[in-house]
Amino acid sequence: MKTYSLQLADNRLITYQDRKRHLWLLSMLYPLLALSGIGLYLLTGSEWVLIAPLVGIYGGASVFDALLGSDQSNPPEELVAQLEDDPYYRWLPILTVPMHLLVLVLIAGFTASHDLAWPSVLVLALTAGLYSGLGINTAHEMGHKKTSLERWMARIVLAVPFYGHFCIEHNRGHHRHVATPEDPASSRMGENIYSFACRELPGAFKRGWALEKERLQRLGKSQWSLENEALQSFALGAILQISLIIAFGWIMLPFLAIHNFYAWWQLTSANYIEHYGLLRQQKANGSYEHCQPYHSWNADFIASNLLLYHLERHSDHHAHPTRRYQSLRSFPDLPTMPTGYFGMFLIALIPPLWYLLMDRRLLALPHIAGDFDRINIKPGRRAYLEAKYSGTLQTRHKIA
Amino acid sequence: MSKYTCPDCGYVYDEQLGDAHEGYKPGTLFADLPEDFVCPDCAVRAKEDFVAQTSGGH
Repeated sequence: MKTYSLQLADNRLITYQDRKRHLWLLSMLYPLLALSGIGLYLLTGSEWVLIAPLVGIYGGASVFDALLGSDQSNPPEELVAQLEDDPYYRWLPILTVPMHLLVLVLIAGFTASHDLAWPSVLVLALTAGLYSGLGINTAHEMGHKKTSLERWMARIVLAVPFYGHFCIEHNRGHHRHVATPEDPASSRMGENIYSFACRELPGAFKRGWALEKERLQRLGKSQWSLENEALQSFALGAILQISLIIAFGWIMLPFLAIHNFYAWWQLTSANYIEHYGLLRQQKANGSYEHCQPYHSWNADFIASNLLLYHLERHSDHHAHPTRRYQSLRSFPDLPTMPTGYFGMFLIALIPPLWYLLMDRRLLALPHIAGDFDRINIKPGRRAYLEAKYSGTLQTRHKIA
Repeated sequence: MSKYTCPDCGYVYDEQLGDAHEGYKPGTLFADLPEDFVCPDCAVRAKEDFVAQTSGGH
């Protein structure tokens, strides 16, 4: 097990071993999870088993989160630099990129070459979309880094589900405007995931494209120039997906539509749960305070964090967006989700259940303590929410 | 010509070099960058947060 060490100025020696170091290798096995349904079908001949990857990922992540629990351990801040420089961690996400391409091709090819009932085609498209959605998360990790190799890898893996604008809008849009009413990627109290998606999907695309257009204008170039980094990814995606249609036939049209949408839905789901109701305070000059640790929802579950490259340690990610996944830190007293991401994604699909689980948790956060002025609320819902929660919490009412 | 550093991620804006990727030509003064300029790498630090590095020697 690799040990990082540093002699401090006062001659103390600090050391650290990352207990998760070898667990990150599991990311190399996720393609097998994605393809397991097809494998089981080839063994059994039954179409029912095609559902295995979906059940495995949603169910398995939640079960393993419950079984393996949380891990709050952090590397000492003094050793973060060494951890960041360790190439082992950098290469793991990069190596998953060709796997994302391959898995889509394999699932697409299998779907087109077998006579399957339409629910099976749906399940296969969703499975492919879920795995490509995991690719968007990997693009998130790589796209935040400064090296041009990692940024290119991000663009390539985003091409798979045709989501080329993501890194631009996320890095320069969401991170800048997070937890403000202006951010289409930050959800509001009282807003369900469906209406959020209607805002987030087009809003994020428009913002990403506009940011890139602005950059190109400064360079004296057109938004349609091949230097447009969103367009580069979309173009690769178009080549890939048109090739699949040519190679595998008309069934690719519904297959890819479902695949793309469900991959985007993973990001929509993550955005929805990560900042629900949280609000940065506006300063006198109109700008917002820096993003604080309590402007993100977090979780320390080992299993789902391994799947998502520590995305659930979200507060630290927003504090230090260029920090690599292996170094992201957990802190006590942060807004915490009751279960890992995959469980929360399912809960979000049932709005009354989501509100039941999250609204009081939001109101009870120490920096909010029932004060609706400190919450990002869906417009027009404040009076309803104040009335709904006034009896059960000591909410502070504004007296006109 | 001075350098300005993002206090969070270490990105350096060097006035002598500008930033080719972002479209700021060499010689563009930090003061002349747009008021809504944010760190091109991390986007969580705005123009007002950047720290000027004092250049040594004349």
